[in-house]
Amino acid sequence: MSVDSQFVHKMWNDHELSKMVAGGVPFPMLADAAGHLGTAFGVYDDQAGVDVRGRFIIDPDGVIQAMEVLTPPVGRRVAETIRQIKAFQHVRATKGAEVTPSGWEPGKKVLHPGPDLVGRVWEVWSPADE
Amino acid sequence: MEEPAIGCARPTGSVVGARPAAKNEASTREKGEVGVSSIMVGRPAPDFTAPAYHKGAFTQVKLSDLLGKWVVLCFYPGDFTFV
Repeated sequence: MSVDSQFVHKMWNDHELSKMVAGGVPFPMLADAAGHLGTAFGVYDDQAGVDVRGRFIIDPDGVIQAMEVLTPPVGRRVAETIRQIKAFQHVRATKGAEVTPSGWEPGKKVLHPGPDLVGRVWEVWSPADE
Repeated sequence: MEEPAIGCARPTGSVVGARPAAKNEASTREKGEVGVSSIMVGRPAPDFTAPAYHKGAFTQVKLSDLLGKWVVLCFYPGDFTFV
């Protein structure tokens, strides 16, 4: 989503993005011309008149689980977004019985939060497990 | 359900339920609401509708239509820019 209209999105897709990605952009490109949505999400820069580089992960209940905001010059890392989605899906599937420590990827160690683990995380996990 | 025609005169993206603010009201609201944000992880995202381009068609996207799925919403500064 940017402040560009849906017409500019079409042109950008057809003239540039489809040359980077076969078939063009596979997801909807939204128009936020007046910055209302950027404002609602806290990422509209009213001095510049653009939405800054905000990224929100929203779960199936419509709840924001993660957000990351960058100033325009630096790009995101898609692999990290995907990693986070998988982690949130794991937590959701286990109803919070399992939580994902720093650097978690599917297959790595999870933690089981509870009173018994307080002060004893070092016994089951270390930064070497990242 | 009839698909609304998407064109120049259609409203742009807006939060569902927001009423258009009068000019005076908007400026006084901004002065009073420094630092107040309803955006927080763990809280529902504001529902919204926005016109969109998707695979050759102009369409309308409503966030609440996507309940039941995981959604990644990416804002970015501008088309035809660099990053």
